[in-house]
Amino acid sequence: MAEFTLKIRRYSPESGEGPYWESFETELPGHRSVLEGILQVKDRQDGSLAIRCSCRAAICGSCGVKVNGKPMLACNTHLEWAQADAKDGEITVEPMGNMPVLKDLIVDMDAVHWKKIQRITPWLLPDGEPPEREYVVPHESMVDVTQSMACIQCGACVSDCLSMEVDPLFIGPAALAKAYRFVGDPRDGQHEERLRDLAEDPHGIYDCTHCFFCIEACPKGVAPMSQIMRLRRLAGSDYEIDDRNNGHRHEQAFVDNIRKHGLLHEADLLPDSYGGKLHPRTVPELVDSLPVITRALLRRKVTPQNALLHPHKASEEVKRIFEKVEGRPERLEFNLYVSGTEDAPGAPGPEDEQGPHDSGAGADGQAQQAGSGPQKKRS
Amino acid sequence: MPAYDVLIIGAGLAGQRAALAAADAGATVGLMSKVHPVRSHSNAAAGGINAALNPEDSWESHAFDTVKGSDYLGDQDAIEIMCREAPDEILVLEHLGVTFHRDTEGRLGTRAFGGASAARTYYVADITGQALLHVLYEQMMKYHEKVDSYEEWFVTSLLTDDEGRCTGVIAREIRDGHLELFPAKSVILASGGAGQAFRPTTNALICTGDGIAQAYRIGAPLMDMEMIQYHPTTLAENGFLITEGARGEGAHLYNAEGERFMERYAPNKLELAGRDVVSRAEQIEINEGRGFEDGTIALDITKVPRKRILESLREIVNIGRDFAGVDITREPIHIRPGMHYMMGGVKTDVHGQTPVEGLYAAGEVACVSVHGGNRLGANSLLDTLIFGRRAGEHAARRAREVALPDAAFARLRDEERWIESIIAREHGGRRVSEIKLELGTTMNEKCAVFRDEEGLTEALEIIDRLREEAEAAWIDDRGTVFNQDVLGAIELGFMVDCAHTILLGALERKESRGAQYRTDFPERNDDEWLKHIDISRNGAEPELSYSPVTITKWQPEERKY
Repeated sequence: MAEFTLKIRRYSPESGEGPYWESFETELPGHRSVLEGILQVKDRQDGSLAIRCSCRAAICGSCGVKVNGKPMLACNTHLEWAQADAKDGEITVEPMGNMPVLKDLIVDMDAVHWKKIQRITPWLLPDGEPPEREYVVPHESMVDVTQSMACIQCGACVSDCLSMEVDPLFIGPAALAKAYRFVGDPRDGQHEERLRDLAEDPHGIYDCTHCFFCIEACPKGVAPMSQIMRLRRLAGSDYEIDDRNNGHRHEQAFVDNIRKHGLLHEADLLPDSYGGKLHPRTVPELVDSLPVITRALLRRKVTPQNALLHPHKASEEVKRIFEKVEGRPERLEFNLYVSGTEDAPGAPGPEDEQGPHDSGAGADGQAQQAGSGPQKKRS
Repeated sequence: MPAYDVLIIGAGLAGQRAALAAADAGATVGLMSKVHPVRSHSNAAAGGINAALNPEDSWESHAFDTVKGSDYLGDQDAIEIMCREAPDEILVLEHLGVTFHRDTEGRLGTRAFGGASAARTYYVADITGQALLHVLYEQMMKYHEKVDSYEEWFVTSLLTDDEGRCTGVIAREIRDGHLELFPAKSVILASGGAGQAFRPTTNALICTGDGIAQAYRIGAPLMDMEMIQYHPTTLAENGFLITEGARGEGAHLYNAEGERFMERYAPNKLELAGRDVVSRAEQIEINEGRGFEDGTIALDITKVPRKRILESLREIVNIGRDFAGVDITREPIHIRPGMHYMMGGVKTDVHGQTPVEGLYAAGEVACVSVHGGNRLGANSLLDTLIFGRRAGEHAARRAREVALPDAAFARLRDEERWIESIIAREHGGRRVSEIKLELGTTMNEKCAVFRDEEGLTEALEIIDRLREEAEAAWIDDRGTVFNQDVLGAIELGFMVDCAHTILLGALERKESRGAQYRTDFPERNDDEWLKHIDISRNGAEPELSYSPVTITKWQPEERKY
């Protein structure tokens, strides 16, 4: 038994007052969960403390909260891990971000999360009538989409999404991961339409800024950002969708830029993203971007000399990376459920280098690196 | 005021499947749940769903396994229906988008499960329940114009008219605390079991037997209530479930002496005998001093190749890591039998109809009875889907023949006063949480794997006291928005009713069959007890009666694994 102080953000819409912090003492073994701590407070001290919870075992997705500022499930976060991260000895627990608070730790998931899920047409759209028996589809593709099926809709990724903070209309990590569940499912007959829809939407797949926060936040290893990147590769490379957001061309320009220079040559990046310096699309974009370019020059983020000359050339090592990656007959995708590891005794396991603090996302990140989904490239 | 042809309470698999079927049959449908549908406890069914879909398998074989598993207490007409319809139901779900595991040819693949004579369990890694639940919810989102979803609404009572017919429900919107009347031609209860009446349990905090108690209170009989399944592999400290899929994939059980003891109890099926058999064997090992010091048995999953574990038992890797500090791919995990499932519930026919007109039940809340004395692993998901669908279809048909009942406004005002009185209770006496804890520990001590008259009688006395205490239990929250405190007080009343009837059934059945093992009556006694125990409320008092077991093809014989 150990004592832990939970500093909980309280809010009651009926009180007419704003939110405030309240501290409670709990007594539990350190390996018990933050949720159990909160339930002990509810049971013994204040039954009006509100939190959604049900399964206690990280399956139902109810108890998403922020512990010490980071989104996670209260039920699979050990008190002693939370304590180790706590400032001033108090474990802070507050409602998730990016969603309105209804009471104490309860947020309005309908207003944000579920609305976004609804946005991606979240049901299977097969072509024609179903077969008499089951659809015959590759084993690997079902295992592959199981990673996004593993999502429990807890909202932790939504809570921490930086893009959504800037653009509340961004479809967001959870819904886009859900979209991959259909785009990666061979039974769905609308892959191209779905991808076009998500690529053309200014709040769609190209609105993600790769901050990795959703991958870190996800308690189930769904790796939403990885799913978004897979949607992009499918949309841009496989279906060659030239989206109006310039998302795909920008990615291409970036890759070509590195292939050529080895280091990013920013002066080329913008014009190349629009089809090259001489492309009619580029000129108005360049004119539009003049204030940004001027600011970058003034702040010495770029120098005129570097911008015009950029003497750096890609090294042999960089070229070899490109040759190796592009020379593969199949595109490798990281996936938690496709371990890809040989069952060799003593082989390093996914969790081997993980401390307890990284229990959720970190450990899963390791597992993904071992993975190689044999997803076929469409021609 | 909303009114429906079919109003479904509970939005787990049974509820959502009923909603889909009723909407397809043209009925107006309301689907109500005290949690968001994807938070339902169907999520927790990890291992899979049974169906004799393989051409070499047969529904008769599945049915016989189920009958034998039930220790011959299951009604064979209902079991036949469930097993016959299982293959088509799997295909329906596959077509809707469930990402079932495939074999190397890309066809549906299976895993082995307990008590089954063939590998007929279809699965999605070890998140089968979750995958089914989320795919059905995808359909609910598709059907959003056909099915009105009431998420986070708490049913406080079922309504009846003067003739005793069920005419709708009264429910509280949790978000703002207001009560509303929902008249309905038919009500389908799909609100799950009462696992929280036990502590520990594998069941979620929401499994408080609401529907069972609500039906009981309006006169619907409960059946087989004594049949409580203890799952063989639950974590010692908190009761969390380790799926039977682990043993299906090849994991073994060992006692502290390193002996694979199931060789003695079930020489043919070993770890994959019926759950009651394996749980009893473990408990005997523990009671006779061959368990580990903390009263547990070792489950060794390291036998299963690591790649296979990561692909198909991912969730229990997480559970082992997060809740027991064990890497199950490298070392055994310590487990023991734990309360898991109620075979009994509200008595229904094969269409989900209860003896109360207008009231249906499906899923764990119901007792058809397809599970009898012991449910086979991976038959519960099947039960929810088959009888959820059948209830939805039947209730939709019924809607064409009956008129919409009148709204009982007087009843609404009584209910409002009742809830206000709970909120206004004076502090003194015991808290809801204290009573709930004593209830759970009592049930787990006296009504577990082994039972006897002395313990059960003692437990009944305790329950009588707890009922009185529950009626005066006080709460902190005086507000209306998300007042979870007042809901907890109401749920406590439901759990007390459930526990009471479970104990009455267990005391009444003077034999050992399936999950009911009476140390004072250690043999199965077909001459006297091959029958169901029904419990109805007559006024305030419970009344016990018997109903026959339906036997079609399979005469009772000795049960060996």
